[in-house]
Amino acid sequence: MNHETVTKTARQNRTIGRDLIGIGAIIAVAAIGYLLFPDNLALLTRIIAIALLVLSLDLVTGYCGVATLGHAALFGSGAYAAGIAAAHFGITNPLLMTLAGILGGAIAGLICGVIILRAHGLPQLVLSISLIYLFHEFANKASSWTGGSDGLSGISPDPLFGVYEFDLWGQTAYVFGVFLLLAVFVLLRFLVRSPFGMLCRGIKEDPLRIMAMGASPKIALIKMYVISGAVAGVGGALNAISTQVVGLDSLSFTQSAESLVMLVLGGTGSLFGALTGTVIFMLFEDYVSAANPFHWLTMVGALLISVVLFAPKGLYGTAAGFIGRRMEKRK
Amino acid sequence: MQTFFSIAIDAFAYGMVLFVISIGLSVTMGLMRVVNLAHGAFAMIGGYIASYAAQDLGLGYAVAVLLAVIGTVIISIPIERLLYRRIYGAPELTQVLMTIGITFCIIGIANYVFGPTLKTIPLPATLQGSADLGFRSIAIHRLFAIVCGLSVAGALWYAIEKTAFGVELRASVDNASMAAALGVRTEIIYAVSFAVAVGLAAFGGVLGAELLPVEPYYALRYMVTFLVVVSVGGAGSIPGALLACLVLGGIDTTGRYLMPEFGEFFFYLAVIAIICIFPRGLAGRAR
Repeated sequence: MNHETVTKTARQNRTIGRDLIGIGAIIAVAAIGYLLFPDNLALLTRIIAIALLVLSLDLVTGYCGVATLGHAALFGSGAYAAGIAAAHFGITNPLLMTLAGILGGAIAGLICGVIILRAHGLPQLVLSISLIYLFHEFANKASSWTGGSDGLSGISPDPLFGVYEFDLWGQTAYVFGVFLLLAVFVLLRFLVRSPFGMLCRGIKEDPLRIMAMGASPKIALIKMYVISGAVAGVGGALNAISTQVVGLDSLSFTQSAESLVMLVLGGTGSLFGALTGTVIFMLFEDYVSAANPFHWLTMVGALLISVVLFAPKGLYGTAAGFIGRRMEKRK
Repeated sequence: MQTFFSIAIDAFAYGMVLFVISIGLSVTMGLMRVVNLAHGAFAMIGGYIASYAAQDLGLGYAVAVLLAVIGTVIISIPIERLLYRRIYGAPELTQVLMTIGITFCIIGIANYVFGPTLKTIPLPATLQGSADLGFRSIAIHRLFAIVCGLSVAGALWYAIEKTAFGVELRASVDNASMAAALGVRTEIIYAVSFAVAVGLAAFGGVLGAELLPVEPYYALRYMVTFLVVVSVGGAGSIPGALLACLVLGGIDTTGRYLMPEFGEFFFYLAVIAIICIFPRGLAGRAR
């Protein structure tokens, strides 16, 4: 065994170790949340659904460098796909509804990816904003399918595996959400470390060089967009299943902007960062908006400005960098 | 014919208001390469100051406009010094976040100070009523907006094409470091154009208060519209911005008149189509 393979296996062990720590941390946080807020499981389930949206945004923004303010289009499409499947086609099995959400999100991801990737910089940002408004207006207009501004109601998912009912307490929805999040997290850890994930990071750094190496940046980015749409679709479906209603706000510009804020708050280009940012932001929002709804927006603005000024890599990124430097010093 | 005429006048007036507000954004974006989402917030501050001066202090319209422009520029100076300075040359995502943060703060503060209600700016008697053109009558305020927009466009064109400052400004837009090496004081160019941009935004906010009503969420609601105008026109180009304002104002107004139930569907569809065909904007130059 030569030196190279030794370091390689060592690195593999380390990343697998980090994966296990990550899974353990998610389960631990989920359990603590369950114990701390047993009466507010709906909020925790919503945090999981939004975390899936932020993870999917991280795939295109953090790993591919695409700046978008319209990512809720994928989330909302997933939510509406799952909701329409249940309300209009009678597909009330939660797993099949999730599948419908994945499909809806992936199709929306394909459409958005093809359009958004046509431009760069400011025009790209404007395209993404226009798309989210277009989706919003479309859902508002197609009210026979989506319920318009009243929201899509009449979604009543079957008991999970025929045993666990989605009741008022939301325990089933919460546990279902935690399992979905774990599954997505494990799959995404594999994805971002795969050659395809590396290719996407390369495109973020230098698309010209990737082209010179013979790969097509555009096709890789569109593929990533479809995957991202599927992940966001899982989140949307989870939201539709747990709240049993899909509103127009799931397709809103505000939702898109908030998810970007959460991602940057946690730190882009890292799955842990996306999760950390979502949990901190959602709990902060819940606490502050309940305490003082008028100053809520000011607080978010101040939070954003201070993150940009003092922790440009996000909370997780800055903390990880700090710990990493401490460990280096000790060596 | 009647409908066509009123649509055309409304679209023209709306386009001119859009132009006055967003031309400053276009120039600063072309010059400093900052994606400034807080531009609408400055227009909103202008509207609030004018409304306060005209309604609560009982000052005249002209004085209120002047106070709004000067007041907004004064408010913007510390914001530029403390916050914008840090994001010149930063990645786009950072700029988006910083300026969204500023917008949120301004909205929250406006909500706290002025309350969530709509603010009106009373028009002087000379701007009320309508002018008779013989075959049709037009609201004078619309005419006033059109005249203001055209004079702003003309004045900017003169300042940029014909004066020494304009030469230095164009040089800095094309290549800031080369202009600085040749002795152009780029910081002064930056500061002056930022102040002019903010002042114009405030002026546009007052001018357009009839079409875009002043309320705390103004900054967020129209932020997208201003950004769209700049990106469709091409950052840093006055003719481009003028064309974009007229085209987008026309599409938006026509849609509202003829198909109000579709809201802004056609507006955004048109934006996507234009940007897909002209990724650098209608008058954007290749970099």
